[in-house]
Amino acid sequence: MNHLLSIEDLDRAGIERIVEQAARFAEVSDREIKKVPALRGRMVLNLFYEASTRTRSSFELAAKRLSADVVNFVSSGSSVEKGESLKDTVLTLSAHKPDVIVIRTPWAGAAELVSGWTSAAIVNAGDGKHEHPTQALLDVYTLQRRVGSLDGASIWIVGDVAHSRVARSNVLAFQRMGAKVTVAGPPTLIPRGIEALGCDVRFTLEELPSADVVYALRMQHERMSEALVPSLREYAACFQVNARRLSPRQLLMHPGPVNRGVELSGEVVDSPQALITSQVEAGVVVRMAVLYEMLSGSRAFRPVPEPQLA
Amino acid sequence: MAAPALVHNPVGAPGTLPSANLLVSGAHVLDPRARLDALCDVLVRGGAIAQIAPAGELSPDGQTELVQGAGRHLLPAFVDPHVHFRTPGQEHKEDLETGTRAAAAGGFGAVIAMPNTDPVLDSAPLLRSLREAAAREARVPVGFLPAITRGLEGVELTEMAELMGEGALGFTDDGRPVASAGVLRKALQYQRLCGGVLTLHEEDPSLSHGGSMYEGAVSAALGIGGIPSVSESTMVARDAELAGYEGGRVHFQHLSCTASVQAVAAAKDRGFRVSAEVTPHHLLLCDEHVRGLDTRMKMNPPLAGEADRIALIEGLRSGAIDCLATDHAPHAPHEKEVPFEQAPMGTTGLETAFAALYTELVLPGVLELGLVVKRMTAGAALFGLPTPTIAVGEPANLTLVDLGAEWVAGENGWESRSENCCFAGRRLSGRVLMTVAAGGIAYRERAFSVVAA
Repeated sequence: MNHLLSIEDLDRAGIERIVEQAARFAEVSDREIKKVPALRGRMVLNLFYEASTRTRSSFELAAKRLSADVVNFVSSGSSVEKGESLKDTVLTLSAHKPDVIVIRTPWAGAAELVSGWTSAAIVNAGDGKHEHPTQALLDVYTLQRRVGSLDGASIWIVGDVAHSRVARSNVLAFQRMGAKVTVAGPPTLIPRGIEALGCDVRFTLEELPSADVVYALRMQHERMSEALVPSLREYAACFQVNARRLSPRQLLMHPGPVNRGVELSGEVVDSPQALITSQVEAGVVVRMAVLYEMLSGSRAFRPVPEPQLA
Repeated sequence: MAAPALVHNPVGAPGTLPSANLLVSGAHVLDPRARLDALCDVLVRGGAIAQIAPAGELSPDGQTELVQGAGRHLLPAFVDPHVHFRTPGQEHKEDLETGTRAAAAGGFGAVIAMPNTDPVLDSAPLLRSLREAAAREARVPVGFLPAITRGLEGVELTEMAELMGEGALGFTDDGRPVASAGVLRKALQYQRLCGGVLTLHEEDPSLSHGGSMYEGAVSAALGIGGIPSVSESTMVARDAELAGYEGGRVHFQHLSCTASVQAVAAAKDRGFRVSAEVTPHHLLLCDEHVRGLDTRMKMNPPLAGEADRIALIEGLRSGAIDCLATDHAPHAPHEKEVPFEQAPMGTTGLETAFAALYTELVLPGVLELGLVVKRMTAGAALFGLPTPTIAVGEPANLTLVDLGAEWVAGENGWESRSENCCFAGRRLSGRVLMTVAAGGIAYRERAFSVVAA
């Protein structure tokens, strides 16, 4: 069984294949009847242990456009609140024989763990601060639609890298597509050792003008209570992407939801340089492509390697 | 009068292990402290070593079991100063019987159990009842380290003098640090009254908070909160300084990184009364092994960097690190079968310690077998216990091993109640065939046939 647990499950050809498939589905989305029968009779189970609006709804919409049956499971109000373990929940839901389980949890590696407990294909829709591979795929798709090839492009990922699964998946995906990636943010929010992923690290935005694409990350309010930055005001003063810092030739991306006035100023969000709404649109077609590739038995996904003991 | 330090189901008591009468013939007897490194016959009579002679000179009488030692090594039984037997309160993970069975299967003739039980071992009545339980259930002698502070809360000292009178070997808040320097200083001062080794798990909670593994490239790639090595090393340096100032005696548990080894070595150079231990997993594994997020690789302190691992091996060789300890920490399968960040910390280690070290360090020529044997028995003296020695007149504490035997860790299950072993599935060389602890046969490998004469 093939899974999408990490961007590392995909090589460049695999990413390109999904992006091309997504482009074909985009044409369907422009039709009056938006549904295709590709996955009729298949079941997609959304298993969400964290609040999510756009990811869950776009997976649901993607599955429905492919005519699959969708079951949504959210942890609140479920047996999870009665103390059921992740394993037992997965075993219980697997008894309904879903073809795909789309899973989001606050724990790194949970999607991979779950893949060992069920015969369903697993799509990681976010595992803790580890990875969010479908976000990276839709970002690659969005960017390619706008600029063509990413080869040689300079992409800066700015903000709270430490707590961002989007950052980790995107560093890997952008690099795989030939881009040069720099991560930048306050030193308290850049994890020690991140350069091992192959990216450059900067602690100021002085060199931001060299970027072709600026990818801002959401700055979460709870980072204040952990005293990781002195104040949102100071964070904005040092790292906010605004009209002063963003030149007209640069593109702006953000995984959403945006904190206007914190990581982004209002004027850049609304500017034509911003690809933020295109990213949301891409969410559905890229997730359609992922589900389709997974269930139509293509070879886009590399088989998951056996865990190494030694 | 103080109670004896170690307890187990005593040799010769009704329905218990009889005192051994054995002749181990023709084994390669290796005990660096006794300057033994030759093929010998070793006769054990009434649980004590009665005679050692060149191989082939001794023959058994009618009361003596003949153990074929040819092609095998006879070593002093190992001593582990750091195990978790989970009793009382968490017997679903381990108890005194299964824990000491695992110890015996790993060639250990004595172990020291930690107090982070439920309730915490922090009062004399509880220590007394545990020692009584050990006298009924333990296969090998067990000593206990009660807590330094009540409930391991790091605030009030336990009644250390009374606990020492009840047979404590020392004190530890293992599993947690004594975060407050002031509290540890009071314990060091109080040590002048009551004695006992203050045994320290070193971690600065303000640095380790939110971490599940070693901070570095692997934690950055996995998006898992990192525990920086300075969380341990700054506390080792602080507490060595405190021990020096108060003239106290401290033992540092499970060192995991370069800077900690350096801090211990520096303290020893200054004449401070400090000692330290290291685990097989910190000597043989590093944070790269956490990449697959196997929860058996989650322990505290976490597996550190490869350079730290090399520094620990060097520290063990040089003597900066005094002894080996397994930090045997059993957990039930359902507790470990959860996402990595949610899993409890700890790996079992008693049954694999010797074979893992022999396979990964002795066979490749990194460390000599004699040094490994020395460090695996050195924990005894650090806690004032007699060191197992192969010499005439000594109680029989012996481990017979077949260094050529290959096995896969866990292939035939475990003596421990838990199976969360970080070495599970590894092919190992060196199998413990028989363990004699305090004069009685504590373990025989199932396939190991013995011939009674």
